[in-house]
Amino acid sequence: MEAVMSKGEVAYYPVGSLADFPLHLGKVVKLGSGGTEIAIFRLDERTLYALENRTGHQKGGPLAEGLVSGEYVYCPLRDCKISLVTGEVQLPDTGQVETFPLCLEGDVVLVGIEQNG
Amino acid sequence: MAGLHDTREKLILIGNGMAGVNAIEQVLKLAPDKYQITVIGKEPHPNYNRIQLSYLLEGSKTFEEIILNDYSWYEQHGITLLTGIKATHIDTESRRVQLSDGTSSDYDKLIIATGSNPFMLPIPGIHKEGIVSFRDLQDCERMTSAAREWKKAAVIGGGLLGLEAAKGLLKLGMEVTVVHLFPDLMERQLDPVASSMLQAELEAQGIRFLLNKKTTAIDGETRVDRLQFEDGSSLETDFLVMAVGILPEATLARDCGIETARGIIVDDFMQTSAPDVYAVGECNQHRGICYGLVAPLFEQGAVLAKHLCGLPVEPYQGTIVSTKLKISGVDVFSAGEFQDAPELDVIRMQDHWKKTYKKVLLRENRIVGCVLFGDMTDSAQLSKWVKVHEPMTQDIHEQLVGSKHIDDADPLSFVAAMPSDEIVCGCNGVTKGMIMHAITNNGLRTVDEIKSSTGASRSCGGCKPMVEQILTLALGDKYEGSHSAVESLCGCTTHSREDVIAAIRDKRLTYVREVMNVMGWQNPEGCTKCRPAINYYIGMVWPDAFQDEKDSRFVNERLHANIQKDGTYSVVPRMYGGVTTPEQLRKIADVADKFEVKMVKVTGGQRLDLLGVKKEDLPRVWEDLGMPSGYAYAKAIRTVKTCVGSTFCRFGTQDSLSMGILLEKKFERLWMPAKFKMAVNGCPRNCAEPAFKDFGIIGNDGGWEIYVGGNGGIKLRAADLLCKVKTDEELIELAGAFIQFYRETGKYGERTSEWVERLGLPAIVSEIVENKARREELMASIERALQGLYDPWGEVVESEELQHRLYEHIQMT
Repeated sequence: MEAVMSKGEVAYYPVGSLADFPLHLGKVVKLGSGGTEIAIFRLDERTLYALENRTGHQKGGPLAEGLVSGEYVYCPLRDCKISLVTGEVQLPDTGQVETFPLCLEGDVVLVGIEQNG
Repeated sequence: MAGLHDTREKLILIGNGMAGVNAIEQVLKLAPDKYQITVIGKEPHPNYNRIQLSYLLEGSKTFEEIILNDYSWYEQHGITLLTGIKATHIDTESRRVQLSDGTSSDYDKLIIATGSNPFMLPIPGIHKEGIVSFRDLQDCERMTSAAREWKKAAVIGGGLLGLEAAKGLLKLGMEVTVVHLFPDLMERQLDPVASSMLQAELEAQGIRFLLNKKTTAIDGETRVDRLQFEDGSSLETDFLVMAVGILPEATLARDCGIETARGIIVDDFMQTSAPDVYAVGECNQHRGICYGLVAPLFEQGAVLAKHLCGLPVEPYQGTIVSTKLKISGVDVFSAGEFQDAPELDVIRMQDHWKKTYKKVLLRENRIVGCVLFGDMTDSAQLSKWVKVHEPMTQDIHEQLVGSKHIDDADPLSFVAAMPSDEIVCGCNGVTKGMIMHAITNNGLRTVDEIKSSTGASRSCGGCKPMVEQILTLALGDKYEGSHSAVESLCGCTTHSREDVIAAIRDKRLTYVREVMNVMGWQNPEGCTKCRPAINYYIGMVWPDAFQDEKDSRFVNERLHANIQKDGTYSVVPRMYGGVTTPEQLRKIADVADKFEVKMVKVTGGQRLDLLGVKKEDLPRVWEDLGMPSGYAYAKAIRTVKTCVGSTFCRFGTQDSLSMGILLEKKFERLWMPAKFKMAVNGCPRNCAEPAFKDFGIIGNDGGWEIYVGGNGGIKLRAADLLCKVKTDEELIELAGAFIQFYRETGKYGERTSEWVERLGLPAIVSEIVENKARREELMASIERALQGLYDPWGEVVESEELQHRLYEHIQMT
């Protein structure tokens, strides 16, 4: 996997073209085998968010299959509500889901991953 | 798609308001590529929900929240939107519209939707400063800024709009007086009783009224400072809102030779006197009537759109209007005829203590009108009855008059005795103490508030009655939740299930987002409670036009498999009646090996469950199995459990196996308000457990006994005997009628065990057992719903697009 650009500590990797990401649904991107899973949600033509594919609930589980409502996603297992923008789990549940920066170059979707050493 | 060589017909819409844009939306839905569309709008905004201006003024919504179609919507649909530009002339001969910027556009079809203008009283002083109408966004802004600067406001006009304006100004901190020409407020929608109750309520909120006052002049140097009335009295004011009525905006049409009266005259297909020119909404006049409300414009738009797309359509017959005042804290409703008259019979109930009033008017025993104040429970139902002039029956009368049963056991003693650390909500681990704390320390007052704050009753909902009892215990009479007029669908809206279904039906809505838009959802994107529910209701009302919306489905119904806690799925293939074959078992075993499923288990419903299947493997698992979906994941017809019956069993009196298989094959794949389980037993020993099923059948020597509303789940309930039948045909017809009646009247998520208790068994018996005509009607409806169904697994196996969109992930290396 090769980065096409980087900003500071963050390197951006192409993960697919816009057409690979269905509207109002989540798509799983797996980095390497057994590595991190990222869930990418597409809200409209050119608005996408990338989060770690793990619900913020203490009992865990995937997030990509949740129901998208505006800038939130409801976790598919226990219905907790998570901000797509900040990754923050909304009350009455608590928790935090890691978010990833994302940008578009033409129709190519790039996800930013921090380079720690 | 557009461009130089666009050969599509040109459709121009003059007027970027709700009526016109609604018509365009419907055209796009019916024939997305038929027209090249241009919209000409005078106001420099995207299209917004004008009926919600009063919320904007009240401050309960922002402008963004009342936008119906933002700029990107026009862009997405390839519509050219010209804002801030007026159409100056229509040449109906050469089919061309001239615009205020000097350009012109040709059309093949033209829609005029110029709406209406506020009527300004032609009295001396009307052009002074500080006088506005209440019609568009600018008016709203002027009112808001006036409230910052001035203290006293007057509203001329005690109709719907005037009162909404008055309440808005009151909330903005002004002293408000409403001046009305007539002795009664809203005299065009309410009778004197409701009108005086309304007045008392609004006076209590702080609005003053001057009734029977004719305004003759407006005094002031440059700005209004006093109103003069015909009787010689006067009123000091700093600001004046004119809300005496509207006039259709027909000037452009009139000047271009199109036939007009008060509005632009149209026929039953919205066609004007000029060829290919149509008028829709408040600017038109249909059979002598100019409408000023929202329901007619949707109905007109639906007819026009179908007509423009060349589809068969019933002519528009006019609308029986119903009115609801949009002021928070005041509930008034009327539909059809509302004034007493010698030829009308009247059912009237007034409760001075609860401040409610209900009046239903009958002409020759048919419901032709109603007025409600305070309690809106029956508004959706009544509005439907008024529309179809429903004949009055004993049942309807009982429903309207209401007879409450009194339970003498004290339900609170149980929760009162509960220790504080005892768990109320087992799904989310919420104790009685946590709920009490939320009520006393955070001031929560409703089950919904407690749900979103503590999580109690959020998952299975089984503890909701207990949460209600705790609320009653803590708040006493101050708890109104369970007695509140209508139960809303969820926290995103105040509309009830009945409102939503009525809107889907009456306004011919077929998309989830459209329902939320048209009905003014406070949370415009909806949530996991309302969106799946709306999706179901649309499919129930319009089985033919329904297109399942995957993004409004819960994951299981979107992917047609049951998600497990680790993100894998379980797969339950259909085995009719719980009967399988060696071939099927071999295939299942092979699939289990090949895809390394983690477990094969026999389910409670007599099926085999393959657990631990990866999402991306699902399509190939289904392909290898070659069996249809068992719907074990869905709010749908689940399984029909059977015993071996007379085929093998020495006690068996009926062929329960064949009957179970037949029923499962007939009704499989139907979407239901909640999961729906059946069982058929060949004798009363109940090996297949029909007494705990939604629809349980027990065979005996002379026929079948039918039991309904049983549940072995969250709330254990033994099924009630519905009736006994002698033949298989009768049994199938009753099953169909029962299933369809539940589909039509069940709340989304409500199991038959709750539904039977809500409706009462006698009501169900009289509907489907005793009423043959109704039973046949229900059977016809269910046959229609069954027609469009197909196996979803087969569909995914066949469609690479679906596999790619929903099942595959992206692998990076």
